[in-house]
Amino acid sequence: MPEIFHRKLERSAIGLVIAIIAAASVGGIVEIAPLFTIDETVEEAPDMRMYTPLELAGRNIYVREGCYACHSQMIRTLRDEVERYGPYSLAVESKYDRPMLWGSKRTGPDLARVGGKYSDFWHVAHLTNPRDVVPESNMPAYRWLARTSLKMEDLPLHLAAQKALGVPYTDEMVENAARDAYGQATPDTDFAAGVATRYGDETQVSAFDGVKTDVTEMDALVAYLQILGRLTGAAYENTAAPEGKPNPEG
Amino acid sequence: MIRQLTSSERQNAAVIAIAVAIVGLAMAAVGRTDVLGVHGVMVMLFAGAVLFYVLSGLYQPEPTEDRETSYYDDPIKVGIVLSMAWAVFGMFMGVWVAAQLAWPNLAFDAGWSSFGRLRPTHTTGVIFGFGGNALIATSFHVVQRTSRARLAGQLSPWFVLLGYNLFCLLAVSGYLIGVTQSKEYAEAEWYADIWLVIVWVTYFILYLRTIARRKEPHIYVANWYFMAFILVVAILHIVNNLALPISWGHAKSYTVWPGVQDAMVQWWYGHNAVAFFLTAGFLGMLYYYLPVRAQRPIFSYRLSILSFWGITFFYMWAGSHHLHYTALPHWVQTLGMTFSVMLLVPSWASAGNALLTLNGAWHRVRDDATLRFMMAAAVFYGISTFEGSFLAIRPVNSLSHYTDWTVGHVHAGALGWVALITFGSLYTLVPSLWKRERMYSAALVEVHFWLAIAGTLIYVFAMWNSGIIQGLMWRTYTEEGALAYSFVDSLVAMYPYYIARAFGGLLFLIGAVVGCYNIWMTVRSAPLAAPLNADVPIAPAVAGE
Ligand code: HEC
Ligand code: HEM
Repeated sequence: MPEIFHRKLERSAIGLVIAIIAAASVGGIVEIAPLFTIDETVEEAPDMRMYTPLELAGRNIYVREGCYACHSQMIRTLRDEVERYGPYSLAVESKYDRPMLWGSKRTGPDLARVGGKYSDFWHVAHLTNPRDVVPESNMPAYRWLARTSLKMEDLPLHLAAQKALGVPYTDEMVENAARDAYGQATPDTDFAAGVATRYGDETQVSAFDGVKTDVTEMDALVAYLQILGRLTGAAYENTAAPEGKPNPEG
Repeated sequence: MIRQLTSSERQNAAVIAIAVAIVGLAMAAVGRTDVLGVHGVMVMLFAGAVLFYVLSGLYQPEPTEDRETSYYDDPIKVGIVLSMAWAVFGMFMGVWVAAQLAWPNLAFDAGWSSFGRLRPTHTTGVIFGFGGNALIATSFHVVQRTSRARLAGQLSPWFVLLGYNLFCLLAVSGYLIGVTQSKEYAEAEWYADIWLVIVWVTYFILYLRTIARRKEPHIYVANWYFMAFILVVAILHIVNNLALPISWGHAKSYTVWPGVQDAMVQWWYGHNAVAFFLTAGFLGMLYYYLPVRAQRPIFSYRLSILSFWGITFFYMWAGSHHLHYTALPHWVQTLGMTFSVMLLVPSWASAGNALLTLNGAWHRVRDDATLRFMMAAAVFYGISTFEGSFLAIRPVNSLSHYTDWTVGHVHAGALGWVALITFGSLYTLVPSLWKRERMYSAALVEVHFWLAIAGTLIYVFAMWNSGIIQGLMWRTYTEEGALAYSFVDSLVAMYPYYIARAFGGLLFLIGAVVGCYNIWMTVRSAPLAAPLNADVPIAPAVAGE
């Protein structure tokens, strides 16, 4: 019987097209649509802050250089991962991430909580040539980042686009994006103070790459690495225990 | 090639090329301070080259005979050449990135040559360049032969083929100059994505209109798969690439999907790119070229129906198995796992159908390396779908995820299934398309076969080993209950396998180069066989039905 039905179906191109669309649509709709409506999908985190313009620029460099091809930013709910990298990642921690950078391959370690683990100086040395710091490493050297000035004049456009998509940047933040990026990498200038007012006193303002006069791509990338895992403290508060190693006996 | 077009069609071609060049000019102008400008210039050059070709042939004699009495094979020929060229490029990039993992200093002191930028040129080059061109070419061939009708357009096949390659060029060159959305297999930025939508819609309409001209009441199985491939890839591409550019003058955009929703959409896309690009389309090839080459009809019509609808329905649920134990809600992970396991049924139905079709033709498999390519592809398809269902089980995934095991699995499918079925199909198609009796050298097909098999096995075994070792080292505890190995310890253990993988990949690449040479020589020098008089529209039965 189904065979006879199918013999009819395959006589009609339009019939096949409609049947294919129908069959293929169900899965995606059932799995994706509820993620927007079910409240528990993304936890509450009132203390969550947004990326500063400099960190956002650094994030875009991370994207451009394909760091995500070797590094995940998603600590799974497994005991060994939590012990190696820190509390497992929560959905809220990537709430402002477009795109998400959870990654799929760990040629290098997870970076979800690398912020604050090392000094700025360490990161600059490591990015300049990883093998100077970790001789066994196969991470590429990113020397040119310190030679390349950061393009800051576009940053208001970046923040405006993020704002249009729902990230709660204020108009003031958008307007001052380029100045704030400059200020965050040049402590002791007038611009630095604005960063703290707009993004909070705890925002790290420093000459990330050690040079105070010029803002380079290295500054931006290190600023981003140093904020990873520190936008909110939610992951450190009463989360459930991680799952242990899967146990064959159940 | 231009001789097949009437002068009004040539004019239309020129108009389209001019329109594209103008778009390129506009991109170059508004994006002059951005990398967008570079792509604008590239679009202009590409369209300019096409325009030059069209104009230089504008006054060539027009086609005299009735075009409807023959198949439209020129775009297929060009598609095959492009596919092989991309194969060599993409696999070379694969060998390069593989070598970088073993010897990280194999790069220049400049951004473009670092691992993170080269890796997507590899994936895009092989999947979209090699695989995509092969799919377009074979789908044009299969739809004409099984419908016994000529393609329903003179210009649109060229638009699809060349437009698609422009997309591939923009994508690959973009990564090198730092343009990427970072979404795996959807790295190209918004303007390239929009262009692909235009190309793809043309492809779909062309395909549907050709099927509508068929002289056969039924639509052959291979065409179901090609249709599913075209349709679903369009849906996936549009949804996953919805993004807001920061301005019309910039290449950079931000996706509309945030965080966890982005993860789900991305892997819904990513997994189904595997399903509908790398599986459905290539099953279309399998269902046509395997029976033709084996000179036996498909073993079971019922199994074809079962596997087709099983794949179309189940696959779309499976993407969340890429996100086990992550911040994605648990219920979605469970759904993904369940459907991934169920997928084994339609997958093995296809693989079994293919192998049982060969029953009674095993002597041909023994003697004919081309058919052996297809047989091996069906076997690898069976192996890698089994492995896929297995890896989707949560506890297994806790070990395998993030490790080289995934990469091994991907390449069991990519090399063993996608590349082998493509080579087998091309070796069947090339002689018939260029009206040669056979490939230039059967011995070289044999050489290619063994290089490809050896390369695949070395690659896959190396990655299985490294992946499992890596996964185990990460979770090994000492007796005192501390983690036994640092991350760097696990990295050091990987190096021998990275070297082995690069070697296996090199063998595979050499095989592809041998294939190019053989195809080239077939086109150049093999003698013309007596015309295959059956190979025209509205002709008696095609083998394999
Ligand atoms: C080829 C793969 C690869 C790429 C690409 C890569 N890394 Fe790494 N990364 C590694 C490996 C392996 C390690 C561990 C050894 C080491 O510390 O160098 C590592 C370590 C790190 C660490 C130290 C993590 C820790 O907890 O000790 C940071 C930070 C880092 N990488 C940042 C980056 C950034 C930023 C990029 C992009 C600009 C990048 N990596 C690109 C492979 C890679
Ligand atoms: C010459 C043969 C090839 C070599 C040497 C090779 C090498 C590689 C390497 C080194 C990677 C990166 C792995 C990592 O990040 O650790 C990779 C990824 C990938 N390759 Fe290949 N490759 C080859 C052929 C192919 C072919 C023919 C295809 C598809 C048709 C393919 C599809 C992919 C995909 C999809 C990925 C991404 C895997 C993932 O993200 O898990 N490769 N390849």
